[in-house]
Amino acid sequence: MDLSMITGLMTAMVAAGTPYLLASLGEIVTEKGGILNLGVEGMMLVGAVAGYITAVKSNSLLLAILVGVLAGGLMAAIHAFLCITLKANQVVSGLALTIFGTGLSAFLGKDVVGVVTDTLFHNAPIPGLRSIPVVGEALFNQTPLVYVAILMVPVLWFVLSKTSLGMKIRSAGENPAATDAAGVNVFAVQYGCTIFGGMMAGLAGVFLTLAYNNTWMENISAGQGWIAVALVIFARWNPWKALLGSYLFGLVAILGLRLQAVGISIPTQLFNMLPYLLTLAVMIFGTGKVGGKRSDGAPASLSVPYDREAR
Amino acid sequence: MKKILSVLLCVALLASFGLTMSGCQSDSPKNFKVGFIYVGPVGDEGFTYMHDLARQAVEKELGITTYYVESVPEGAECATQIENLVKKGCKLIFTTSYGFMDYTVEMAEKYPDVNFMHFSGYKTAANLGTYMGRMYQARYLAGIAAGKATKTNKIGYTAAMPIPETVRGIDAFTLGVRSVNPEATVNVVWTNTWVDAAIEKQGTESLLAAGCDVVAQHQDSAAGVIAAEAAGAYSTGYHSSMIAKAPKGYLTSPIWNFTDYYRTVIKDAMEGKFSNERVWYGLDNGLVLLDQFGPSVTDETKTLISEKEALIKSGDWDVFTGPIKDQDGNVKIAEGQKMTDDEMENMMWFVEGVVGSVEAK
Repeated sequence: MDLSMITGLMTAMVAAGTPYLLASLGEIVTEKGGILNLGVEGMMLVGAVAGYITAVKSNSLLLAILVGVLAGGLMAAIHAFLCITLKANQVVSGLALTIFGTGLSAFLGKDVVGVVTDTLFHNAPIPGLRSIPVVGEALFNQTPLVYVAILMVPVLWFVLSKTSLGMKIRSAGENPAATDAAGVNVFAVQYGCTIFGGMMAGLAGVFLTLAYNNTWMENISAGQGWIAVALVIFARWNPWKALLGSYLFGLVAILGLRLQAVGISIPTQLFNMLPYLLTLAVMIFGTGKVGGKRSDGAPASLSVPYDREAR
Repeated sequence: MKKILSVLLCVALLASFGLTMSGCQSDSPKNFKVGFIYVGPVGDEGFTYMHDLARQAVEKELGITTYYVESVPEGAECATQIENLVKKGCKLIFTTSYGFMDYTVEMAEKYPDVNFMHFSGYKTAANLGTYMGRMYQARYLAGIAAGKATKTNKIGYTAAMPIPETVRGIDAFTLGVRSVNPEATVNVVWTNTWVDAAIEKQGTESLLAAGCDVVAQHQDSAAGVIAAEAAGAYSTGYHSSMIAKAPKGYLTSPIWNFTDYYRTVIKDAMEGKFSNERVWYGLDNGLVLLDQFGPSVTDETKTLISEKEALIKSGDWDVFTGPIKDQDGNVKIAEGQKMTDDEMENMMWFVEGVVGSVEAK
C-alpha cells in the first residue's frame, strides 16, 4: 500500500463516516436531554427524500438542505409529542418512527426514483489546509456538509459542557425533577433537543442523497441510522469521541471492500458486524466509575418520561 | 352514531358485493385477471421495475386486468398474498423471486384451477411452470464492450453473493472481456448485499482505487454506475438502462424485457393453452438483451458485439463452449464441449482471468 492508496482510503473513510457523525451528534443532544429516539433511521430517510425532491423541483441546494432538515425535525416532533407530552414508551415510539419513516419516504419518493438532478454538492477544497499530507486531502477536499459535520463537533461540545443552555440540557437528562424545581422548563428543553436530533438526522439524509450517493432510492440509508444510534453509546455521549467513532465505523465499512479489491480475501460479513461488536465491547469494558458508582455514562433519566405529578 | 355507521358499512359491503357480481357477467378480456408477486418495490429502478413495466404494457395491450403486490418478503407472507390474488379472481399468477418457490408450489396444489409461473425456480406442477433468463449471454456481450474500453487491463466487478447465478454471470462477462482482450483481468468484490447504495458505491470506489478503469456489477441499484461516472471511469449496469445516470462513461448493460414473454403466456392462458414448461430464454427470445451503447463505444466494438450476438442467437454457439480453463489454468470444458443447463445452474468456479474467490465472502 503506497501513500496515495492510504490517502484514498482516508478520504473515502471520512465521506463514509459523515452520515454517522451528523446523525449521532444529533442523537447525542437528544439523549443528553433525557429522550431516547430510536427513529434515527426513519428521520434520516425522510430527510433524504425531502431534500432530494426539493433539489429536483427547485434546483436550489440551499432550499434542499432547509427542507431536508425541517422534514427530519418534523419527524422528531412526532416523537417528542408522543414521548414528552403523552409520555409514551420511548423505545416503542422510536421504533415506530423508523418503520413509519421508511414507508413514508418510499411513498414520497415514488416520483423521483430514477430522476437525475445536477443540484448536487461538489467537493470544495479548502486552500492551504488541503496540502497537509494525507489528512489534508481526506479532511479538507470534501463536500461542504463534511465540514459542517466536523465543525459541529467543537460547537456541540462547547454548548453542552460550557454554557448554561448545555447545563439545562444535561440536568434535564440527569434529574428532570430537580431541573424543573430550579425553574427550567424541562419540557421545552426536551422538545428542543429531540427536534434538533431529528434535524441532524435529516441533514445526514440530505448528505446521502445529494452529496454521497447523488440519487434517491428506497431505503437508501440501509441501516446507517442504526449504526449512528450504536455510535452514541460507543462515544459515551461525547461529541469528540463521536467524531473518532464515526470515522472508525466509516473505515470499517469500506476496509473489507478495499482489501478484496486488491486481492486480499476477508469475509465482508465480519466487517459488517464490527460496528456493533465494537459498541458491545465499549458497553462491556468501557463502563467507568462516575461519582463512586459504575456507570456507562448514559444520562441518568434517559428514556424515563418526566411526569411532574409523579412522586 | 354507531348505528348509523354500521348501517353505512353494511350498505357499502352490499354495494361492493353487487359490483363484484356484476363484473362477472360478460366475457371481455377485462375479466381475465392476472396477478404478480414482486420481491422488491416497483420503484427500485431495477429488477421489479422491469417486471412492472412489462405488466403495464401487456395490461394496456390486451385489455386485461392485472394486480400486483410489491415488496413481498420471501416467507409465509408470499402464500397470504397469493391467496388474496386468487380471491380477487386471478386465473394466472406470476411469482418473481426464487424464494417464493415453495409457497407457489403449495398454492398451486391448493388452487388447481389457477395457473402459476415462478421465476428462477426448478419445481413444477400441472398448473405451475418456471421461467428464467439466460442473462449470462447478455453479460458476455457487455464483457466485450468492457474489454475494449479498458486501458489499465483491470476491470472491476461488484457482485452480491457467491451463488451460481452471480458466478455464472462473472464468468460469462470475463469470457467476453478476454475474447477481445486476453490480457485483461476481472477483479471481483463481494458486497454481501443485493441492494445498498452506500456499499455498492464503496465497493465500486475500492475497485477504482485498486487500478480498475471499467466497472461492472451484479447489484440492483445504479449506485456503482453513478460512482464510476463521478470518478471518470467506464461502467456497465444491470437490470434496466442506466445511461441517464452516467451519460459519459456508460458503456451498456445486460437488461431484461419481460413484455413479449408475459404477453405470450397470458394470451396462451386466456385461450386455455397454459403450458407448465420450464423456460430458460436467452437473447433469441428477447427476454434478456443488451441496452443501448454509451457515447464512447466505438463502431468496431459494436460490430464485434453484434457478430457474437447473432452467433448466440443462431444457437450454433453459446458462451460456455470449450476450451475453457478455470482460475488455476486447468481445462474445465474441453474444446468443442458445451456446458449443459444443469452444469450452468450449479456453476461455482471462476474461469481464467477472474481475480477473486468463489468462497463465501
